[in-house]
Amino acid sequence: MAFIEIDGVHKSYGQTPVLRGIDLTVAQHQVVTLIGASGSGKSTLLRCINGLEEISGGEIRVGGDVASGRGTDVDRLRRDVGMVFQHFNLFPHMSAVRNVALAPMQVRGIPRAEAEEQARALLARVGLADKADSMPDRLSGGQQQRVAIVRALATGPRALLLDEITSALDPELVAEVLAIVRELAEGGMTMLLATHEMGFAREVSNKVCFLHQGVLLEEGPPEQIFGDPQQERTRAFLRRIVEAGRL
Amino acid sequence: MTVSSDLLTVLKAERTEPPKATPPRPALPLAAAAVAAVLVTVTLTAATAQSVSKVLPGFGLPVAGGAVVVAVAVLTLLRPALRAVRSGRAAAAAWSEDRRADARRAASEGREDARTVLGWCLAALVLLGAVWFLFANDRAVQRTFLDGEVIGISLRETASAFGTNLFIAVAAQILILVWGLALALARMAPGRTGRPLRLLATAYIDGFRAVPAIIVIYLIGFGLPLAEVPVLSSLSPVWFAILALTLTYGAYVAEVFRAGIESIAPGQSAAARSLGLSHSATLRHVVLPQATRRVVPPLLNDFISLQKDTALVNVIGTIDAFNQSKIFASNHFNLSSVTVVAALFILITIPQARLVDRLVAREQRRGKGA
Repeated sequence: MAFIEIDGVHKSYGQTPVLRGIDLTVAQHQVVTLIGASGSGKSTLLRCINGLEEISGGEIRVGGDVASGRGTDVDRLRRDVGMVFQHFNLFPHMSAVRNVALAPMQVRGIPRAEAEEQARALLARVGLADKADSMPDRLSGGQQQRVAIVRALATGPRALLLDEITSALDPELVAEVLAIVRELAEGGMTMLLATHEMGFAREVSNKVCFLHQGVLLEEGPPEQIFGDPQQERTRAFLRRIVEAGRL
Repeated sequence: MTVSSDLLTVLKAERTEPPKATPPRPALPLAAAAVAAVLVTVTLTAATAQSVSKVLPGFGLPVAGGAVVVAVAVLTLLRPALRAVRSGRAAAAAWSEDRRADARRAASEGREDARTVLGWCLAALVLLGAVWFLFANDRAVQRTFLDGEVIGISLRETASAFGTNLFIAVAAQILILVWGLALALARMAPGRTGRPLRLLATAYIDGFRAVPAIIVIYLIGFGLPLAEVPVLSSLSPVWFAILALTLTYGAYVAEVFRAGIESIAPGQSAAARSLGLSHSATLRHVVLPQATRRVVPPLLNDFISLQKDTALVNVIGTIDAFNQSKIFASNHFNLSSVTVVAALFILITIPQARLVDRLVAREQRRGKGA
């Protein structure tokens, strides 16, 4: 069953088109990966699904309900769809546990003690039990991103959007973050992620989509996209990735 | 490959000539100037002491004592000055023996010594100049501004009138915080629906930043009683002053708040909104707590100038410290009571200025640490 449906979505900033008619579905318990060069529209698409950007045309449906355009209950939508960002965006004035507990307290109205207890349990699940009371600037990039993932999970979303969540990390910290995503995938979490980690995309995805200048040029199972791409643009993109030693 | 080897050839071509050694800048002329400056300053100290003791008969001993203290302090500068001379000579000698590093080090030390001496001599000369000015015209300057008798008479009442300045400042500061934040939020009201609010707030802020505070105080202090507005017109002049300063400074502080809020990275709002927090919850829990820390230093700066502007209320006849001191000044035909007010302002402002410096330094350290 399709959980996220993207139907002919257009988006432009002023006169500059960023998304030019994207069609894409993410089924429940599926992991879909967006690949493509910087500026191809991956991040914009994720931000549109989360209601952080308004789309200029087309329609987005989440869980069968229209989630774009006028009158969308974005607060409800965001409870169903969590998001993790490239630069973590932890709240620097709050400890890790407060970062995680904030939304359950504010959005769900859970009392602080209970919210923080849950937050600690979640942090322990990702190996950060001893960092729960640390401020974000005392954590490594990998630890910060793990807190951010847990923060997005704390409101109990049914799907996660991951926007290049390892791009700002030192190489040796990437694995600890990807391990969590892998675990979530195995647990059946519906995920749509933009990434430059091709090896990971190949391993974890049910479907890989190649975006080029705001158009979804090619999609298919990872073996096909990485092993036998049909489009010349996809081949050129993957060739550059291989030349850079990233695949 | 070809590109990089070409690059290396170009670099090699430029490097064929070994660089010529240039001698260090000489320290001796500066060192000589430093020695001369010490001697001149000591001489001028003696001359100043002599002319001051002429206009202050009966104070010969303290004046001589003060002069001796200054002269001894200046004379201690002779040691680094002479050391600079020795360094300069050593540098020249080392250079002629081709000990280049030694020469440069000695010359550098000599120049630093000499410059330090020159700096302190300049400070002493400025001090002497001030003393000369104070005792010029047979002490007329000192009597006008620093007459001990008039200061003694006016001190108590001026200081207690200064309480009015402090009250106006503190009351206005509290109101300004509220008013300024409201204006800032109005100016940033989002979307199409927020436009009317944005326009109103922008017009207000532009207007009240353009009009001099003294004119706002004048218009409100004299205008509101005439306008017979209910409640407002019956306020006391002190409250007119508080109202006027709140209106003016609210506009400045709104811009401080706005800058602080806008300095918070947009990713912070995006993260909070993506978690399902509403616009106002995002402001309250995520944006404002971070912005507050950043706006404290500029806010304190505005408050310092607000405190000084409380003296403007004298145009509507409020008996603040300045007005009180002006009464003494005209009674005694002497400005020493006004000097007292100036000193009081200095007294309350300097600690706050230092506090701002410390907060700014802390914020910068934090910025680097993050």
